[in-house]
Amino acid sequence: MSKTLAEKIWADHIVRSAEGEPDLLYIDLHLIHEVTSAQAFDGLRLAGRTVRRTDLTIATEDHNTPTLNINLPIADPVSKLQVDTLRQNAAEFGVRIHSLGDAEQGIVHVVGPQLGITQPGMTIVCGDSHTSTHGAFGALAFGIGTSEVEHVLATQTLPLVRPKTMAINVDGVLPEGVTSKDVILAIIAKIGTGGGQGFVIEYRGSTIRALSMEGRMTICNMSIEAGARAGLIAPDETTFKYVKSKPHAPEGADWDAAVAYWKTLQSDADAKFDTEIFLKAEELAPFVTWGTNPGQGLPLSASVPNPADIADVEERGAAERALTYMGLEAGLPLKSISVDTIFLGSCTNGRIEDLRAAAEILKGKKKADSVRMLVVPGSARVRLQAEQEGLDQIFIDFGAEWRNAGCSMCLGMNPDQLAVGERSASTSNRNFEGRQGKGGRTHLVSPLVAAATAIRGTLSSPADL
Amino acid sequence: MEKFVTHTGTALPLRRSNVDTDQIIPAVYLKRVTKNGFEDGLFAAWRNDPDFVLNQPQYRAATVLVAGADFGTGSSREHAVWALQNYGFKAVISSRFADIFRGNSLKGGLLTVILPQEKVEKIWELIEADPTTAITVDLEAKNVRLGSEIFPFELDDYTRWRLIEGLDDIGLTLKNIDAVSAYESSRPSYKPKTLPARS
Ligand code: SF4
Repeated sequence: MSKTLAEKIWADHIVRSAEGEPDLLYIDLHLIHEVTSAQAFDGLRLAGRTVRRTDLTIATEDHNTPTLNINLPIADPVSKLQVDTLRQNAAEFGVRIHSLGDAEQGIVHVVGPQLGITQPGMTIVCGDSHTSTHGAFGALAFGIGTSEVEHVLATQTLPLVRPKTMAINVDGVLPEGVTSKDVILAIIAKIGTGGGQGFVIEYRGSTIRALSMEGRMTICNMSIEAGARAGLIAPDETTFKYVKSKPHAPEGADWDAAVAYWKTLQSDADAKFDTEIFLKAEELAPFVTWGTNPGQGLPLSASVPNPADIADVEERGAAERALTYMGLEAGLPLKSISVDTIFLGSCTNGRIEDLRAAAEILKGKKKADSVRMLVVPGSARVRLQAEQEGLDQIFIDFGAEWRNAGCSMCLGMNPDQLAVGERSASTSNRNFEGRQGKGGRTHLVSPLVAAATAIRGTLSSPADL
Repeated sequence: MEKFVTHTGTALPLRRSNVDTDQIIPAVYLKRVTKNGFEDGLFAAWRNDPDFVLNQPQYRAATVLVAGADFGTGSSREHAVWALQNYGFKAVISSRFADIFRGNSLKGGLLTVILPQEKVEKIWELIEADPTTAITVDLEAKNVRLGSEIFPFELDDYTRWRLIEGLDDIGLTLKNIDAVSAYESSRPSYKPKTLPARS
């Protein structure tokens, strides 16, 4: 029977399947960080269990690590407790860990791909919803809760119910200044924050094929914002080339065997998806969110919508509440909105290509006096790479703050937060109320829009410069 | 895990849709290394508003949360489930739940019940008219009862059995650990390993 890519990977990982029960799926890689693992290790300890496969497990510190003065002890006592607990657990259970100060430390979804332990055809889990990022390699990767983290630690498997499959086809050539971030924001605006619920999304089409691995990661990363369980993209030469250059890439005969397998990882031509959606690249534009969920987005050239024009009662109410929270009036052109803070970073847009793209625009310019800009590389390795390329100097000369790696203002668990009423243009993935700090107001944008906005002080695209 | 067979209590109407886990428990409250004590963070931002439904005395003892559509979207934090449970909720009713939240809740013994939106509205009306109305969530019979109303709901037999028996997933899987070992012995050698570390 013909299968979709997601169904093939699923089938290859079934350890046990029984009528009326979820399938027991083998997990190839388990990523761990300080916020969602403590209770899982504690559960193991209480039950006298061990980590079954320390060689398929890796930990890093990211969610609440400081991005300044990382050589000093962590000031916030509770963050320190979480990080210390992770270090102790890693030592006690024999799990590889990349701690603050280590070149491989950073956001868990940046670290996996850069080490080359994210490869096609794998099942990858992490106690973090943006695990979908790894789907860019043609892996089935999804976020899990802490009980499931404990389950994977103890058994290297998870009992799971097979999700439905959705194909999102994007064809054509993206207009100048339109990035993969704009593509995914447009997709979420189209299908809604619940549109992907119960599905694994496969992104297909010529636009997707033309994207770099990092661009693909940005798209898969935000699958969760459309409600999907996971997002993936079939591997191709771009994928193989990217993996090949990484430390944990298979070698010798293993490489050939791996590539032979990876080449089979395509949805069959006659495979049936439960749902299909089509988008034309030519119709896309730089996108920005105006509300408090990632589906509340519009092209930057549009104006703040009028809730009264929204037919659906629930959506209208949500839009009204969002505008009140965001302090915005219906009809206001989006480009007239001034921001206080620019955040360039996160597992959505904190990789080297994102920093390069922003630096290209900022080079030789000065930031608007009214804004502050934080540049937070996704990992310490990305930071090193950027410094080798001189990008740090471009950011510093521009007037931005060049920080150490971590999640930082994406979720404001560390000191990098918005103040009450402060407004950001952020390359992260969530614009929920209070996400970047209590009372903070977030507009999600691409790195290009973030850079142009930092120059002008109002939401802008490079074309406005 | 505590068994869930049937629960009777009072309900709290949360007339909001798209309640994401950042609202259920904001990130600043996640900094604990145990599974309890998260009740303080539950809906923390909204609780600053004295009119917010959780602050209204007539709903203080509620154990069933009745929410708008798309409850539990966003971050995968299981703390959202613990916060609801620590506060005293035994069940959440909504017309739609985000997948990860629903998975987490059913694993942890917080019953998430899916009812059509019009039934949710009906429950809201009834409890707002009389907040002392008793509500029963019956997993054995797969229905929700309040006053003279009975609303049936669906839940797959496997999950229902697990909840009724209070069975822990890890224990269930360990019974089949031989199948895991067998699978492992046939995994291809090119699959990556995190150890020994290469860089
Ligand atoms: S960068 Fe943001 S979205 Fe990504 S893992 Fe960190 S907190 Fe989560």
